Amino acid sequence: MKKEQEAYEDIPGTWVFDAQRARIGYRLNEFLYSLMKAENRKAFLADERGYLMTFAMSEEQREAVMKRNWNKLLELGGVSYALAKLAFTDGKTYQFMASQMTGMTEKEYIDMMVGGGRSPEGWRSKSEREGR
Amino acid sequence: MAKIIAGVGTSHTPAIGAAVDNGKTGEPYWAPLFKGYEPARKWMAETRPDVVIMVYNDHVNAFDFKIIPTFGLGCAEEFRIADEGWGARPVPDVKGYPELAAHMVQSLVLDEFDMTIVNEMQVDHGLTTPMSLLFGQVQEWPCRVIPLAVNVIQYPAPTGHRCFMLGKAIRKAVESWEEDLKVVIFGTGGMSHQIQGPRAGLVNKEFDKAFLDGLSSDPQRLAQIPPLEYLRDAGAEAIELVMWLIMRGALGDKVKEVYRFYHVPASSTAVGHIILESMA
Repeated sequence: MKKEQEAYEDIPGTWVFDAQRARIGYRLNEFLYSLMKAENRKAFLADERGYLMTFAMSEEQREAVMKRNWNKLLELGGVSYALAKLAFTDGKTYQFMASQMTGMTEKEYIDMMVGGGRSPEGWRSKSEREGR
Repeated sequence: MAKIIAGVGTSHTPAIGAAVDNGKTGEPYWAPLFKGYEPARKWMAETRPDVVIMVYNDHVNAFDFKIIPTFGLGCAEEFRIADEGWGARPVPDVKGYPELAAHMVQSLVLDEFDMTIVNEMQVDHGLTTPMSLLFGQVQEWPCRVIPLAVNVIQYPAPTGHRCFMLGKAIRKAVESWEEDLKVVIFGTGGMSHQIQGPRAGLVNKEFDKAFLDGLSSDPQRLAQIPPLEYLRDAGAEAIELVMWLIMRGALGDKVKEVYRFYHVPASSTAVGHIILESMA
């Protein structure tokens, strides 16, 4: 099992949502799931910290939510499909959120996809990436 | 006797469903994709299945993280459309086939596939996008649907080999149902894509082509692809392709490829589509 996790961690630019990460992110994802309801989206936007305090997540997770620090949220156990509900609550698109994760503008990201997407060359493993 | 006559592999990207709902299918970004599905819609209209078995995954809509079934078989009479956070898609609710689904549960569990029985469930874009692509915009879906929800969100997803074997057991279950029915099975999701982290946007055309080729010629090889290889070579969300192997396993040994289409992008996804007729 340990070997599997080491292999996951060798993939650059990726936080694999495995059972351990899901365990850490459980309350964070519970919060994100709550944003499926319109009244909860409204309550969250009216008082973000107050709303987040009703979920037993870590302070680090709360901070990352308020900063919309998407990659930090992935690292702390947020799953992308649940994070999307936070982006939608902000009136943003999935592609906006993805572009923020990659450090591109939304337009740059869309242009990359229209151009055929990101080549896997240099992105398969951290060792391959560092050797470039 | 009920018979699985064909399999459909297709991506289920939510943006495709949204393009249909918002009348954008003729726009330059979307037109090539929808043109590519035209022959498939024609094939489906001629094939007229009685039942579709839809292998798909829920995206934190029907299931939150309280309970995560690896294989959940929808046994309800009706499945309503989920509001995924931007309002439910304006598509018809889905009519199930509880009698056949109950028979499948019976057969599959005794065949040592421990299905989770799902008697109430809303369905999301994972199921409705493929329905829109193959059946178009309709007042009512023209067939009944048995949803098979597979966990591919929290790792590990079931292995490709396990999925392939489940497909074979599904074929056996369907063929032991006495009523004459034409059944088409869908495997959805994929192809190469990653929608999270700095590596988001990954597309691997070579991987995708080899996968499409292998479905006809060598599915046994595809069933041996380790989970890590999907992750590393084709993106974190490419693991959805194991669901295509359930479809392929349900078609018997020999198949005929009748249609194929590949297009990049739909949002962050490489879109793949294949139709295989069972020759067994």
